[in-house]
Amino acid sequence: MTPMWYIVLATVLFSIGAVGVLIRRNAIVLFMCIELMLNAANLALVTFSRINGTLDGQIMAFFAMVVAAAEVVIGLAIIMLIFRTRRSASVDDANLLKY
Amino acid sequence: MLTSLWLLIAIPFVSGGLLLLLGRRADRWGHWLGVLAPAVSFVLGLIAFVQLGGRSDKAVEQNLWSFIAVGDLKIDFGLLFDPLSGVFVLLITGVGSLIHLYAVGYMAHDERRRTFFGYFNIFVAAMLLLVLGNNYVMLYLGWEGVGLASYLLISFWFNRPSAATAGKKAFIMNRVGDAGFALAIFLLFKELGTVKYTGDGGVFESVGQLSQGTVLMVGILLLLGACGKSGQFPLQAWLPDAMEGPTPVSALIHAATMVTAGVYLIARSNPIFSANPTLQVIVVSVGAITLLIGCIIGAAKDDIKRVLAWSTVSQIGYMFLGVGLGGGAYALAIIHLLAHGFFKANMFLGAGSVMHGMQDQVDIRRFGGLSKHMKITWLTFMMGWLAIIGIPPLSGYFTKEPIIAAAFERGDWTSWLFGGAALLGAGLTAFYMTRLFVLTFHGPKRWTEGQHPHESPAIMWIPLVLLAIGSVVAGFLMKTSVVTWLNPVFEGVETAHHESVIPHSLINILGIAFTVIGAGLAWMLFQRGTALMPEPAGPVVTAARNNLYTDAFNEVVFEKPGRWLTRALVYVDNKGVDGLVNGLAALVGGGSGRLRRLQTGFVRSYALSMLAGGVLVLGALLAVRLG
Repeated sequence: MTPMWYIVLATVLFSIGAVGVLIRRNAIVLFMCIELMLNAANLALVTFSRINGTLDGQIMAFFAMVVAAAEVVIGLAIIMLIFRTRRSASVDDANLLKY
Repeated sequence: MLTSLWLLIAIPFVSGGLLLLLGRRADRWGHWLGVLAPAVSFVLGLIAFVQLGGRSDKAVEQNLWSFIAVGDLKIDFGLLFDPLSGVFVLLITGVGSLIHLYAVGYMAHDERRRTFFGYFNIFVAAMLLLVLGNNYVMLYLGWEGVGLASYLLISFWFNRPSAATAGKKAFIMNRVGDAGFALAIFLLFKELGTVKYTGDGGVFESVGQLSQGTVLMVGILLLLGACGKSGQFPLQAWLPDAMEGPTPVSALIHAATMVTAGVYLIARSNPIFSANPTLQVIVVSVGAITLLIGCIIGAAKDDIKRVLAWSTVSQIGYMFLGVGLGGGAYALAIIHLLAHGFFKANMFLGAGSVMHGMQDQVDIRRFGGLSKHMKITWLTFMMGWLAIIGIPPLSGYFTKEPIIAAAFERGDWTSWLFGGAALLGAGLTAFYMTRLFVLTFHGPKRWTEGQHPHESPAIMWIPLVLLAIGSVVAGFLMKTSVVTWLNPVFEGVETAHHESVIPHSLINILGIAFTVIGAGLAWMLFQRGTALMPEPAGPVVTAARNNLYTDAFNEVVFEKPGRWLTRALVYVDNKGVDGLVNGLAALVGGGSGRLRRLQTGFVRSYALSMLAGGVLVLGALLAVRLG
């Protein structure tokens, strides 16, 4: 099995995530799509690491995981707060910050 | 005294400054300081005058400090005391002191009397600087100073719209003349590299190097300045309106001293004016035209001060005639100026005294029979009247008659023209002055209700008496002594002597005959009084009542196009300049307003733009890598 397939898988996952961010309105779903894109990027990093035979990509992947974990904590907290105040988890409703 | 000439100017200047700066604290004694300053200057001036008489060189120059030093332009703050400035100093401070004294009484009930004396002293200082400067820039400095004082004093009662307007009119018309004067100074500096009168290759010594065209140009520009300041044709219209100021102002500034500054300018610049015959013809023509205009309009006016104002215009016309004739007539113009300073100041103050007794009435149709009620004013005014119309042996006879005679000595047909104008002017002067005198002091009473004419207080009639004595005796003194005294100033002037076209004795007789006819005619016409309101009259009188339509002419030719120009410029400014600036602002504002719409507040659209950006960057990278 060539590493190429992993890259393809990562690309497909990333695309699903990106499309999900663009078309879905629920903040939780949006969040999951973002995680999907992050993990697609992680998969790509690990694959490249494997291809190049160095550990740089692996280290980057771990970094990304740690940052993603922290981000999830804060992001979920924000979503919770928005839901509590606005009684809605739709990102289109939270559009006050504009022109 | 000749070593500290600056004191003459500094004393009234400091006094005026104190009066204006101290404010209300000086209200109680300020007017006495105001009288003292010119009086002290007069005493000092007299000492200097006597000392100058004892010297052989007859000219004292002092450079106090370097006033302007830029490149080749070096102008000292320099003073020159010679016979010409000497007589002017005595006239300004002497007549000035008397008028200051009179003003103490005349302005007694005015709450801004201290301010008035402050301006008055500043005027005296500026006028002294004007005559004492030893270069054209000093003259210009004084020239603008008296212009400022004149403006402030004409519109002294600024809450009267007519006074405020008259002040502006005077200032603006003077600006026309002053622009000419300034250009003349520039031209002199460009051509000769100096603006000093004499010494170190001064203007008068090197005027011979100039081409005739340049001399003519300089002369015309100087004449423009002189016409503006002296109320000569075509810039005469401001002077009668200047009578809106208090009467002492009319007497000192707009009769005796400031308005004669133009005559001083031409007399001082006599080497320039004598260097070009065409120039002299222009000056003589201005004088002759103005003296006739002044007489004709003066004969039709009903406001006592305006009649005197037009009379001033006309008498200064005689002086311009004199300085234009050149040669010996320079000195004649100066003595007429001095004599005029006395009798015209006398008559203006007399008019002020009449107004004082008649509750500020100025319409001579509303006077009459005042001789019984204001004996001193009547007698002193009579001296002024006899002096101005030239009855021997009063001063006007000795000073005006020689100018008329000189006008007949031009040696060609122009003698008849200018001499005739001067002679006709003498007759007209007698007519309108007699009309004024008779309507004011004689004939039936035509007062408005509730008038109780009374003589003015002593502080007002003492100056009147002194000036009346001056009007009587000054002429003979001047004819005999001042002309020779002035010789050092005018001796460089070449006199191409021509025979008079008619004998002197005949001119003399004709002059007196014209005067007597004019005066007699006026006496016959007006001894029974006149109608209370102006009656419809023929075209000449109507034109004269309307200032010969010169104001209308100015309005149509200068004011209206000026207004159109202003309006056009305002339009260009609003639509063009402002339009450009406003358009740019609207462009930026509108553009940013549209760009703002990109901030929709929808996370999805931001995400899309981020993705698009990412794809774009990636595409670019790939294009570079693979391309």
